[in-house]
Amino acid sequence: METFLNLLPTLILILVVFGITMVVALYSTYAERKVAAFFQDRIGPNRAGIFGFLQPLADGVKMFTKEEIIPVDSNKFLFVLGPCIAMVCCLMTGVVIPWGGTLQIFGRNISLQIADINIGILYVFAVVSIGVYGIMIGGWASNNKYSLMGAIRASSQIISYELSMGMSIIALVMLTGTLSMHEIVEQQHGWHWNILTQPVGFLIFLICAFAETNRAPFDLPECETELVGGYHTEYSSMKLGFYLFSEYINMFISSAVMATLYFGGYNFPFMDAVESSLGHNWMVLFGVVALFAKIFFFIFFFMWVRWTLPRFRYDQLMNLGWKGLIPLAIANVIVTAALVIYFK
Amino acid sequence: MNIPQLTDRRKVIEQKPLSIAESIYLPAIAKGMFITLKHFFRKKTTIQYPEVVRPKATVWRGQHILKRDENGAERCTACGLCAVACPAEAITMEAGERKKGEEHLYREEKYAAKYEINMLRCIFCGLCEEACPKESIFLEENLVPADYNRADFIYGKDKLVQTREAAAKEIAAGGQISIGKPHTAHAH
Repeated sequence: METFLNLLPTLILILVVFGITMVVALYSTYAERKVAAFFQDRIGPNRAGIFGFLQPLADGVKMFTKEEIIPVDSNKFLFVLGPCIAMVCCLMTGVVIPWGGTLQIFGRNISLQIADINIGILYVFAVVSIGVYGIMIGGWASNNKYSLMGAIRASSQIISYELSMGMSIIALVMLTGTLSMHEIVEQQHGWHWNILTQPVGFLIFLICAFAETNRAPFDLPECETELVGGYHTEYSSMKLGFYLFSEYINMFISSAVMATLYFGGYNFPFMDAVESSLGHNWMVLFGVVALFAKIFFFIFFFMWVRWTLPRFRYDQLMNLGWKGLIPLAIANVIVTAALVIYFK
Repeated sequence: MNIPQLTDRRKVIEQKPLSIAESIYLPAIAKGMFITLKHFFRKKTTIQYPEVVRPKATVWRGQHILKRDENGAERCTACGLCAVACPAEAITMEAGERKKGEEHLYREEKYAAKYEINMLRCIFCGLCEEACPKESIFLEENLVPADYNRADFIYGKDKLVQTREAAAKEIAAGGQISIGKPHTAHAH
């Protein structure tokens, strides 16, 4: 009974996080179309429901009712496995993100983080790295040259940018002295956000996040002008939906990671004043709201960039990654290390 | 090899290597994002089509209409000038003779018993409009809608002749023209 009571909040939290992730991803597709329209002086979808709010549901129904096509020459098992891996991996990342502080209900401390593992950041990186297999396997199993090209591009791009991303995190970890997401957030209490001490690191992380999520300007794996649809050329119905959906979940998760690592997570200025006047639980709830405000800003930022910048050429992408970001990240690590030694 | 220049408009394009500010992209990206942000808050140009229709140009030529006169009688006298003028040979007609008691239906003694325009042949040039001596045929606002069968694009009198209500309305608005005068019905 006692173990069950201890587990119950976590189980509920898993479901809630899963639900929120899905809803945010669902409405990111709507937001994407709306934001794109606004950037192009249009209105965007407004026919399904008021302001087009039911558009994602209509899209979902469309996806589900489309004909399911599996190419004859494809490797059927891997063809189905690809989108599953993509979807599972992007859903797994949300586990280590601290969505809020610790609620105090009925004399119990309920942490709004599903699992506070002490290598949280490494876990995120590991899962994201596995996520590329979804694209790789799907693209290869399609037995289509465009899919294969897209898959190759995706993997080489993600491998290249993971290096500088990891390097930018190393600089951050040197400052915080921990890999646990929970502790990193706790250190940024109030407005002591890591962006203030690691602006260059954040910039590198941000650029790499664009590449990792295959978003414009680094959306070469699904470059329509060259590769038809990229790695998901042969996919249809909900398997295509899974790929598109996982992109939006990835965007949500990487926004959450950026907000957590560099923008203080659920911390917000004057949180101590709120705690002393309204009580601890209110402060925690406001913190969750603050975290989501940051996340939504980053999602908007992703879209803003997508509808501003043209796609990089492949050699430009590689040049930027290997000759631009990696040296910059290494320099950032060295400077940070020197400063840490100097000030401690 | 020295190729002689044919014109003096040739321009040598200089491709300078990127400067440092250009090669780190960020200033240009910030500038571009500021521009798109301005568009984000700009007034939208969308027209909510089925509810709101953009006004047609004054020289717009849409679907043909066979007009009625102030008594509601058909103006067309089946002279065939429109069919002769038509460069696409889209118009065919058969003439009929007006019987006694049909004066309220047809303006002249001769009328078009059958009048057909093949909308797939028609190029909407408006020459029939210009050829018509009785100010009967006009290309007005409506679009010719899409259809499934070729046969359905051959419009007969049922689709072409103006309804009596529309004619009465037009006359009440002072739009109808009498023969011989330059017409004003078509807003110019």
